[in-house]
Amino acid sequence: MTNAPTPSIAVTKQEPGGALSFYGVWLIAAAALIVLPLIFSSGGSLTSFSLIGIAIIFALSYNILLGQTGLLSFGHAVQYGLGGFLAVHAMNAVASHNWPIPLPVIPLIGGIGGMAFALLVGWVMTKRAGTVFAMISLGIGELVASSSLILRSVFGGESGITTDRTSLMPLFGWTFGPQIQVYYLIAFWVMISAIAMYALTRTPLGRICNAVRDNPERVEFIGYDPHVVRYLAYMFAGFFAGIAGGLTAINFEIANSAYLGATQSGLVLFSAFIGGTAYFFGPILGAILVTYLQLGLTSVTSVWQLYFGIIFIGIVMFAPGGIAGILMKHRPLIRAGTLGTVIPSYLVAAIPTLALALGVILTIETVARFSGDAAINLLGIPFVATAPTTWAAAAVLVVGGFLVARITWRRVAEAWDRAATVARDRGYLA
Amino acid sequence: MAELIVISTLNGVLFGMLLFLLSSGLTVIFSMMGVLNFAHASFYMLGAFFGYQLTRWIGFWPALVLAPLLVGAVGMAVERYGLRNTHKHGHVAELLLTFGLAFAIEEIVSMIWGKSPVDYRVPAALDFPAFTVFSTNYPAYKIFMLVVSVVIFIALLVTLKRTRVGLIVQAALTHPSMVGHLGHNVGRVFMLVFGVGSALAGLAGVIAGPSLVTQSDMAAFLGPILFVVIVFGGLGSLPGAFIASLLIGLIQTFAVALNGSLASVFGPLDPSLGASPLTDIWNVTIAQIAPILPYLLLVLVLIFRPMGLLGTRES
Amino acid sequence: MTAAIQVNAVEKSFGNVQIIRDLNLSVAKGERHAIIGPNGAGKSTTFNLISGHIKPTSGEIRLNGEVTSGLRPFEINRRGLSRSFQVTNVFARMTVWENVRCAVLWATGHRYAFWKNVDTLPEVKQRTAEILDEIHLSHRRDVPAGLLTYAEQRELEIGITIAGGASVIMLDEPTAGMSHAETERAVALIRRLTEGRTLVIVEHDMSVVFGLADRISVLVYGHIIASGTPEEIRGNPKVKEAYLGEEVD
Repeated sequence: MTNAPTPSIAVTKQEPGGALSFYGVWLIAAAALIVLPLIFSSGGSLTSFSLIGIAIIFALSYNILLGQTGLLSFGHAVQYGLGGFLAVHAMNAVASHNWPIPLPVIPLIGGIGGMAFALLVGWVMTKRAGTVFAMISLGIGELVASSSLILRSVFGGESGITTDRTSLMPLFGWTFGPQIQVYYLIAFWVMISAIAMYALTRTPLGRICNAVRDNPERVEFIGYDPHVVRYLAYMFAGFFAGIAGGLTAINFEIANSAYLGATQSGLVLFSAFIGGTAYFFGPILGAILVTYLQLGLTSVTSVWQLYFGIIFIGIVMFAPGGIAGILMKHRPLIRAGTLGTVIPSYLVAAIPTLALALGVILTIETVARFSGDAAINLLGIPFVATAPTTWAAAAVLVVGGFLVARITWRRVAEAWDRAATVARDRGYLA
Repeated sequence: MAELIVISTLNGVLFGMLLFLLSSGLTVIFSMMGVLNFAHASFYMLGAFFGYQLTRWIGFWPALVLAPLLVGAVGMAVERYGLRNTHKHGHVAELLLTFGLAFAIEEIVSMIWGKSPVDYRVPAALDFPAFTVFSTNYPAYKIFMLVVSVVIFIALLVTLKRTRVGLIVQAALTHPSMVGHLGHNVGRVFMLVFGVGSALAGLAGVIAGPSLVTQSDMAAFLGPILFVVIVFGGLGSLPGAFIASLLIGLIQTFAVALNGSLASVFGPLDPSLGASPLTDIWNVTIAQIAPILPYLLLVLVLIFRPMGLLGTRES
Repeated sequence: MTAAIQVNAVEKSFGNVQIIRDLNLSVAKGERHAIIGPNGAGKSTTFNLISGHIKPTSGEIRLNGEVTSGLRPFEINRRGLSRSFQVTNVFARMTVWENVRCAVLWATGHRYAFWKNVDTLPEVKQRTAEILDEIHLSHRRDVPAGLLTYAEQRELEIGITIAGGASVIMLDEPTAGMSHAETERAVALIRRLTEGRTLVIVEHDMSVVFGLADRISVLVYGHIIASGTPEEIRGNPKVKEAYLGEEVD
């Protein structure tokens, strides 16, 4: 596979106080994780935060492969799920033998499980990158998911294997029965894992992973075996995916074969890619958004997965850098002080784009509810799926929105070019 | 036993020919455009559902022609408006686009036709036993499926050997880097090849629908097996895809038909051993492991012959 | 004294086509050796054979006396041979600084380390800065390599090649596509950077070849027809007849 052509990239200038702001970001993140449940203390938000935290670790682990090493995996849930199963078995064993192992250590065991599997199959899998790796990861994913249904004594068949997280020894009086305690356990691992994964990008191995992503052929001529690099990256990704799986097992007190499946692998790919794979924080944004949408949309519409698919296709086609890519694209403009010249064109473009989006939503909901509950509520306006007026409104929004949006986005591109030229002159853009 | 062998061989060849209808298009598209079309099995599913819907409206025979054409049109639109715009972002983006499409198509299909199987029946004209082997009636519809796929197979061969586009495709298969030098009409050739590949997948869907189950998860079920077929046969090799299709078709069909397990051959394990992975493996029947056989094959091929059966390229 | 590079009776065929036939080449340590020949003579194939990019069909290649034919490129690189590419072959999405730093890492012994902070390794930092200084790209250190000008990318290519401190450097048409002024700059750079090392260079520009090389080998149809000092090559009738003609005068 060839690499995508390089878009113009912001020039990162060395700034004084860089270290301070660097540690500041991590401190703020830690503080936010501690304070969040105090502000939003309802049971629902605690559950959401817990799931988002797990999704962040999982998406970051995926990006070790896709963003850092250029390996597109369609089977990343295998390591996640196996980590989950190992964690459940470990919890049950610890509880039945009364071993003095507290619950917060369990995710580490999940991580070791994920890594052990990567160690076992990784050497064959990472022999080649690109499309071949993508297909093999898919095949291995299917193999493990199907096998898990056969090995019932280990994976518990369709129903899975349950556990009781409170049956382990308490730590400092914490039994981890209440969700808030589980949340803090997850938050702790989110911080540890995120720092560890960030640190990994700053090591010789992490840098060489990037080199392998950009140009595996050249890497061979500076002394490195790209196969070894990919194998190591695959193991680290497996380790952190296993931690995420272990946390899920603690959170739900169950592991089942769905953890290993294609849907889970697809969701983590969506998270990482929608967030943006080129920047470390991209998958964090993606994990937050995807989990939030997943939790929020299920109650509003029955076809929420379709919206995911559409968002994903839109990102792939129009913003392959993901949300992080869009954000970082504006950084040089902000620093050059030319962002203001672009914003009006954005505002103009927003109106038809929003109309187009509403039209698409109306169309989808009309089709989805055509037979059955025909009532649609869009922004407080009631529609009836079987009424021709609804169809007409959807058609007008889609067609009109599309035609006008196309013109306005061309204006945005022009405004952008002007602003970027100025930024380039001022030395903020290469 | 002889009966089982005859019937399973027939069914296996049939399934293999169906797989080849799909894998041939996938292989040609991959060789020419460098894109592994994740949505290829989705086109197969669209074919089945279009076939079902059109059969209800205008009857099976018009649907047999119309549904593949419709799917082909969808495929051409995907190439023209999707892949061509994504090409500049590289092959990973193209692969992801088709992945997103596969996901969206499954959701759209289940939104329109529901998640449970639809009642897509064998047309009355073909709903009779063609012949009887021992005690089993072999349905005429399956013979019809076999005939259609063999006819398409021969038509493909002739197209490849005798037409200009066929020559271009052949050149692309052996020298993928030369595709860029095809000249100004390269876009049209791509669109055509993608359209024909999708239409073939659609046709496979139309004829397989009544015989197998027409359901919104049929693409997710078949897609991974297709990838196994083209990796197993050797990426970019049409003869490889053909052999691999037949082989996997036969293996799958025979496995499903066999009920033996280690326990039935060597007797049950001592019950005092309790439940363990060993007892799981001991008691599982060959029919039960049929779904994982293609993936086991994939792993074996990767270990022992990484370029696939007839492949020449490493990636 | 053992030769830096010793090629003995190497043959290479692709299918039925023999690209390299009975190739014999000896490059002494510390020598600047140029390989010239008409297009399609097999110069790049020779480079690929010596650097391990492709394996010879038969014959033997030695690097500092050790047999390297059959080894993988990274194994040969670790034994002290580094090469550049005719088509610019850098890490496009990484900055100039990171490009050079990656090439320094193995040689400084950090290998696959995942427990060290790459930004705080003093010898890596110092070496990378030195190389950037030498290839005159210090002012562009934070620019992604994919955004450099063509000439800058060629210089970076040379920088990556020498960064590992290999004793044998192979440059594949380092000045291809450069303007006259850029070429002069590049030649001065090459001369300086390969001081005390063995250099093998493929080059079309004859003024570069004759200005730089201690010895020259002429490759025609996958076979070396002559090897010698620039004067010897200039006066060799076989060379004139087979290839150089009026280009050498």
